[in-house]
Amino acid sequence: MSPWLIGTLISSKMVAENVKSLTFEVPEWLGHKTGQHCDIRLTSETGYQAQRSYSIANAPVAGSKLIEFGVQLLDNGEVSPYLWNLALGDKIEIKGPLGGHFIWSTDMPGPLVLIAGGSGIVPLMAMLREHVAQKEKITESTRDLVLLISARTKEKVPYYIELEEYKNQYPNIKIFYTLTENTPAGWTGFSRRVDKEMLAEIVTGLLDKMPMTYICGPTGFVEAVANTLVEIGINPHSIKTERFG
Amino acid sequence: MLINKGFSPKREQGDKSRIPPGQYKTDDFPVLSLGPTPHVDTKDWSLRVEGLVEKPQKWNWDEFAKLPHEDVVRDIHCVTKWSKLDSRWRGVSLDYIMKEVGVKSEAKFLIAYSDDGYSTNIPLEDIVGGKAWIATSYDESTITDEHGGPARLLIPHLYFWKSAKWVAKLEFVASDAPGFWEVRGYHNHGDPWKEERYS
Repeated sequence: MSPWLIGTLISSKMVAENVKSLTFEVPEWLGHKTGQHCDIRLTSETGYQAQRSYSIANAPVAGSKLIEFGVQLLDNGEVSPYLWNLALGDKIEIKGPLGGHFIWSTDMPGPLVLIAGGSGIVPLMAMLREHVAQKEKITESTRDLVLLISARTKEKVPYYIELEEYKNQYPNIKIFYTLTENTPAGWTGFSRRVDKEMLAEIVTGLLDKMPMTYICGPTGFVEAVANTLVEIGINPHSIKTERFG
Repeated sequence: MLINKGFSPKREQGDKSRIPPGQYKTDDFPVLSLGPTPHVDTKDWSLRVEGLVEKPQKWNWDEFAKLPHEDVVRDIHCVTKWSKLDSRWRGVSLDYIMKEVGVKSEAKFLIAYSDDGYSTNIPLEDIVGGKAWIATSYDESTITDEHGGPARLLIPHLYFWKSAKWVAKLEFVASDAPGFWEVRGYHNHGDPWKEERYS
């Protein structure tokens, strides 16, 4: 059984109006793969414990003891408000890395298609960042990467600034946004729920290249997107899903 | 153990005799699966039972419907931390199925296979004596695609990844063979009361 490790909060920053990036230093961390998650455990003074799973947002770096989570603040949440209020230097218990299916590495062939519902982008950020970090590798300099993120508003798109940087810097990274509640003036992205037409547009030209697709988000979102991709002609065995809620 | 100062419970904690450690009670029925949800039509569904058995069997949907079904009300526990109390199922007991096929004494494990390539392994002592069913009904209705319909394995006393969705084949074997999640970091056995989540 993997043990509970102690993580110390060393960095905290807002990456959307409802998502905070929290980076913990875990001295006993042995490394992770992109897409994996951790369990975190909180214990009250009366001994009550709560555990939740959080995906890892940072790309693996050999020897690094840092792990970053993107924590969405949930109304009436039990764990997320506590995590949001942690101060630098505070400690929590962390177990991981966990999960051996929803993972991606630069050894895997084909274009990479990443589709996120809201904070479901977190494990996909690890994949995107890994792709960018390995840009000098032939696998990544030639790989097509498409990311579609659905959020209610632009302010709720996690890591928006970082996504824009990648989009502007790398021609083979395509980032698409769709906003389902309201759009700012001059918005050029999509502004509706993810549908067949939108998915067909973002994977244009990739179907024959055997893409690997990763979908993460709320259950209903993942279910709808995965089914629609299969309808479009994507091989169901090349689609990996992770759901929450 | 680390104490998190200022942390206090917000959720209804539920009955501690029914909510295993690290779990929380939910009234929803969340979904966890590895890829797109397959749709298995009842006219295409069948259950094969093979391996170390005297009489291998294959039932189609109509034949399976004629086997003795029983009502099962149990608490279920997902490794992703939710527990759902008093979930109501209807299905055919594995005790009945094992008797029908005549499981040989050398058999020590069941490997259950799903239509989407999923598999999971269970020791025989965890499926005999009213502990496991092939469920064909949930909450007095058919089981929906995303919850593993038309038929899924139901082994409520183990974490729910052992209750394979879209079950298509049961194979009785002499030696253990870890399944899909069991080779991807999950515990080989999966008892929620011992928190056997990860290997």
